[in-house]
Amino acid sequence: MVRPNTEAAPPSEPGAVTRRTALKLAAVGGFGLVAGLGASAAVTQWGQSASQRYRFFSKTEADLLIAICEQIIPRDDTPGATDAGVIHYIDRQICGPLVRHQQSYRVGLEAFRKTCIALYQTPFEKLAFERQTEALRRIEAGNAPKALWGDPSPQAFFGIVLDHTRQGFYGSPRHGGNRDYVGYRIMGLAAPNFLGPDHAAMGHPAPLG
Amino acid sequence: MSLPKVNAVIVGAGAGGGIVAKELAQAGLRVAVLERGGWPQYDQYNDDELHSQRTPALGNPFGPDDERHRRVVVGANGSTRIVFPSEGAYSNNAGCVGGGTASYGAMAWRFMPQDFRLRSTYGEVKDSTLADWPIAYEDLEPFYEQAEYEIGVAGDYTNNPFGGPRRKPFPMPAFPYDKQARRIAETATRMGLHPFPIPMLRNSVPYQGRPACIHMRSCVGFACPIGAKAGTQNTVLPIALATGNCQVRTGCVAAEIVVDDTGHARGVRYFDAANGACEQPADLVVVSASATETPRLLLNSKSKLFPQGAGNNHGWVGHNLQGHCYVGACGLLEEALYEEAGPGATLALCDFNHGNAGLVGGGMLANEFIPLPYLFCNQRPPGEPRWGKVHKDFQRHQYKHLVRIQGPVQEIPNFAARVSVDPVVKDAWGIPVCRLEGVRHPNDLLVGEFLSRKAESILAEMGATRTWRSVPGLGLSGGQHQAGTCRMGDDPKTSVTNRFGQVHEIDNLFVADASLHVTNGGFNPALTIMALAYWVSHHLKSGWKGSQFR
Repeated sequence: MVRPNTEAAPPSEPGAVTRRTALKLAAVGGFGLVAGLGASAAVTQWGQSASQRYRFFSKTEADLLIAICEQIIPRDDTPGATDAGVIHYIDRQICGPLVRHQQSYRVGLEAFRKTCIALYQTPFEKLAFERQTEALRRIEAGNAPKALWGDPSPQAFFGIVLDHTRQGFYGSPRHGGNRDYVGYRIMGLAAPNFLGPDHAAMGHPAPLG
Repeated sequence: MSLPKVNAVIVGAGAGGGIVAKELAQAGLRVAVLERGGWPQYDQYNDDELHSQRTPALGNPFGPDDERHRRVVVGANGSTRIVFPSEGAYSNNAGCVGGGTASYGAMAWRFMPQDFRLRSTYGEVKDSTLADWPIAYEDLEPFYEQAEYEIGVAGDYTNNPFGGPRRKPFPMPAFPYDKQARRIAETATRMGLHPFPIPMLRNSVPYQGRPACIHMRSCVGFACPIGAKAGTQNTVLPIALATGNCQVRTGCVAAEIVVDDTGHARGVRYFDAANGACEQPADLVVVSASATETPRLLLNSKSKLFPQGAGNNHGWVGHNLQGHCYVGACGLLEEALYEEAGPGATLALCDFNHGNAGLVGGGMLANEFIPLPYLFCNQRPPGEPRWGKVHKDFQRHQYKHLVRIQGPVQEIPNFAARVSVDPVVKDAWGIPVCRLEGVRHPNDLLVGEFLSRKAESILAEMGATRTWRSVPGLGLSGGQHQAGTCRMGDDPKTSVTNRFGQVHEIDNLFVADASLHVTNGGFNPALTIMALAYWVSHHLKSGWKGSQFR
């Protein structure tokens, strides 16, 4: 039998993630629920994602989009959009099959950022969670300063992010999101799928929650 | 490049074309099948929900691709927009060998006897082109049987009093009910209804060298990894190829049926996989390209005697586009009725296909295939928040408790719902593309209201704590169940082909796909397309005189 590795692995490259950051990430919670992985494996994986550069988004855009996605599918006692790597799904796919949405993200994120400054004098990602929810509801309903929005409209922008967040959380992990099949496992579905009727006998990661 | 002549060139290797290829090749004709897609493979997209035929968020797994294909959709206000194959408005079926049968849910419905004579059953319907078929259920029955035995259907009609007469039982035993179906069956029987197992083009036991179904949750929308789901790509087409008389040319896009000045079809102009312009001369041309692409090809085939397109001198090609208005209801139950026994749809009721007081037609009801997680995001009661913790909790806590009962409303044909070719927009090969316009007949929504209430009443009787109905609006029909655009009929003035799928006035040009359907049944149409393909083939073979068609 293979013994699980319980020793925390050091970051593999300088600047990837400090041990302190990793512990901070771990302390946020939900982390232990990336079930089927030893703690160290999870730290390593998170470290890699934290250091990953984006194909399309600037750091500022990504920080804002991560916060929006986390509102759409928040972490509770199970992983949320950030944990599932939704940002990486969107970043990858809008440089691929979803390329037609690039402009909507570029323009929409900027309008969104300005909207929050105008309404709250604070960047969205710095608002308290409940305040973020309120702000996002306004965008969803199109209740935003008209001068700041053109094409896409706030509703259209929200619709794109909503759909892509769902895709990134529930779609196949091979596209960059749904890390460790959390989207399947929170719904009580064993994953990955396999060819055969007897799931229990296959020893796949158990459903979550 | 002009190629050596063949006896028959078939455009499209789907439910219709695959069968015609096999029948003609076995009868000794030399056959070339032109298919714009390739051979479907499970491994390419496996169980990837974002590449499912149901939810092609990242592109169509079974074609066509977004890069080279497009269509134009006309809105209610007359505005037009270009749509791509992975968008719902494109009305995609599929573009691969096997066509829709490579990835379908595989329900194997025979239409009911009344479905072939809707007009005489219900009389005239205002603003509709409702008509009887020129053939009856009895004409098609032997060919339904042939499809059931050669492609392979599992079913049992013991408890279905509404099906038409059958000479033989199904070749394979029915699939057992899943957990939800057992509860629905109990309830529906108590309500005086007649539940029975859905007939499926899927192996319940090993059949014809292919294994029995292993019940994956990812089935509808996906290829089958073991070939237990039967399409033309893993049944009749391999037989056609084994005769040595048939070629399936993949990556080939038909541009035009060449019709000479005497009104005789000479062959098909097409672009091969390397985009080279080719012409395939043939004694017979059979078009099986779907109810959108078949009329497009006919309309793009202009000649001296047919200046408006092949078979279109009376202006009926492309009209009467139908599909299925899917309606139903969802219910949340205390008990988790989810069972990981894919594909999930196992029970049906035909109590409401006909004889509904005050209504024209009806539809079958069935429990729904297993929805995968992304698709499930849209299964919500009206007004439910779309995101946040409420969304996530619904996904987590209701997924295994939600039961959906739904079915296809038999749509009433109307002339204004149509496929034409766009005057401006062309595809990557320079061929004018499909232009889709029109809306459903208002009757479809009346039937939809009725049928969805019936579905809801069953869920309520099952003890659902919450139920809600879904009926789509008066949009454009079509979709995967597209049909009706080259209807068969006895009168050349009000139809495109005769009862054998032979285009009026062009004696060696045939249609063999859902375009022929005069009406589209309250059922998934695949088995009827197959039966019609056998019917058309039977006529082709009996009219074949060695080197030419009589």
